[in-house]
Amino acid sequence: MKKTTLWIGAILVGINVVIALLTLVWLPYDPTAMSGGRLAAPSWAHWAGTDRLGRDYFTQVMIGARIALTVGVGAALLGGLIGTTLGVLAAFAQRGFDDALAATLDILIAFPTLLLAMLVVAASDGASLGTAILAIGIAMSAIIARLVRILTKRVLAQDYITAARCSGLGWGRIVLVHVLPNIAPTVLVAIALQFGLAVIAEASLSYLGLGAPPPNASWGQLLQSAQSTVFNAPIGVIAPGLALMALVLGINFLADGLRDLLDPERGAA
Amino acid sequence: MGRYLLRRTFVLALSLIAAGLVLFVLLRLLPGDPSAALLSVGADEAQIAAAREQVGSDLPIWMQLGKFLSDLARFDLGKSFVSGAPVLPEIMTRLSVTLPLTVASFLLAIVIAVPLGIVSALRADRWYGGLLSAVSQLGIAVPVFWIGILLIWIVAVKFRLLPASGFPMKGWEDAAGAFRALILPVVTIALVMSASLMRYVRSATFDVLGADYLRNARALGASFPQALIRHGIRNGAVPVISILGIELASTLLGAVVVERVFALPGLGSMLLLGIQQRDYPTVQGVLLVSTLMVLLIGFLADVIQRLIDPRLRETVAGR
Repeated sequence: MKKTTLWIGAILVGINVVIALLTLVWLPYDPTAMSGGRLAAPSWAHWAGTDRLGRDYFTQVMIGARIALTVGVGAALLGGLIGTTLGVLAAFAQRGFDDALAATLDILIAFPTLLLAMLVVAASDGASLGTAILAIGIAMSAIIARLVRILTKRVLAQDYITAARCSGLGWGRIVLVHVLPNIAPTVLVAIALQFGLAVIAEASLSYLGLGAPPPNASWGQLLQSAQSTVFNAPIGVIAPGLALMALVLGINFLADGLRDLLDPERGAA
Repeated sequence: MGRYLLRRTFVLALSLIAAGLVLFVLLRLLPGDPSAALLSVGADEAQIAAAREQVGSDLPIWMQLGKFLSDLARFDLGKSFVSGAPVLPEIMTRLSVTLPLTVASFLLAIVIAVPLGIVSALRADRWYGGLLSAVSQLGIAVPVFWIGILLIWIVAVKFRLLPASGFPMKGWEDAAGAFRALILPVVTIALVMSASLMRYVRSATFDVLGADYLRNARALGASFPQALIRHGIRNGAVPVISILGIELASTLLGAVVVERVFALPGLGSMLLLGIQQRDYPTVQGVLLVSTLMVLLIGFLADVIQRLIDPRLRETVAGR
């Protein structure tokens, strides 16, 4: 049962990754060219019909997979890196700084990722793939930092750390050899879960018009423009939504499966 | 409890001041001068200087901070650069849409998620227990605006049961219209929120089911439902309440997306417009009021937890 979750997740994410890579070298139609009637219904030639300008919709949904994965992976890496660094530093810091940082993180976490991301986009000069990654990554880092801080403190309280100190190991080495390997499983699972949320946050940002501009149209943007033609062409809101759901579901399953694999104590509970 | 309340109120006030300072710094870090919102392309030096004076961005940063703090102390959130209207009354008008929307969704989500979450844990071995947890897995994998669009398509466009979007011009004076306008948005938020809530309730129920106090109560002769109601709910509620606080806060702030889907004139759409127009006082005002509400919700969640669980009262605040 546990393994099934991991496999379903791997397959769903795998399909998305393959499609995303495929769009780099091959597309069924030119995404910017008219290739059929306006708002055509799904057919063998156009699996998801066409949009209001007569462009093939399936091609656009395929490109959306690439955008979603790019932003998701980018944000997860950035958030993981900043969050882990801050968290470890906070765990080592003097009491006053540690308290201040913990309080700040608590306030930041109370704000949803999307809102923080909106502010970062507002602070940068125009929306692009880069700002989306930066925005979501920064918002994510608060959650990771809080987790890393707690986990690191727990590791630092162990006897083997005292032993390592006594045998003359420096703090830098201790972090590399003892702290990071010990907290890695839990942190990786948390990052994987955040990855799914990052994909949703990216879609929301671009739905609000704060994501990457076309031709890097993401699923959120497709949904936003398909909303007004939902009566004539419901496929326009169904296709990107299903694709998004499949990817996020896959990521969540993968994260759950990973937790059972890497972190048996928490997985069993 | 009294000392705790005093202490927690002090922390609340401190956090609000800290949040205000963070916001002040963040907004000043934005590239470009706030006066740009007032100017048209190709404005000359004199016009730029006048606009800067009007906005106050010609003053040194510490004087701007002083003005910001003294305005704040008088509950003056400034005037919009774009419309010239004071920000606070506008926020109050917007809240008359966002607050009912958030609170109703929150209550509906609790009504859906708590019973279903408990059932899905108690009957995890039956088909419907499994189905419920599968549905909640799906629910956390979709963005809230997609559910909104689907509901508009089915309920409003296909069957024409409710308005697809918008809010009556007269606001709550047209109570029936306002009520009808909010039904779909409320259902949308509640559905997505209850999916994640259900998972927390489910795992809290599992914890309760495995607890010694439940077995002891049964051994002392309480029936299973009696034991669950007298001991289980009180114990299980503690972790769920802190999640509820976070969920309520994020719904309040996350309303921006749903308000966009249903074209509602709420706080979220005010913030979005403010960001798009680089209208600093509007963005600053909305964020300050939202922060205040988020902190208040956290405060209430902490106090309620302590009321339910006497053991928490022994520990030091916030640790």
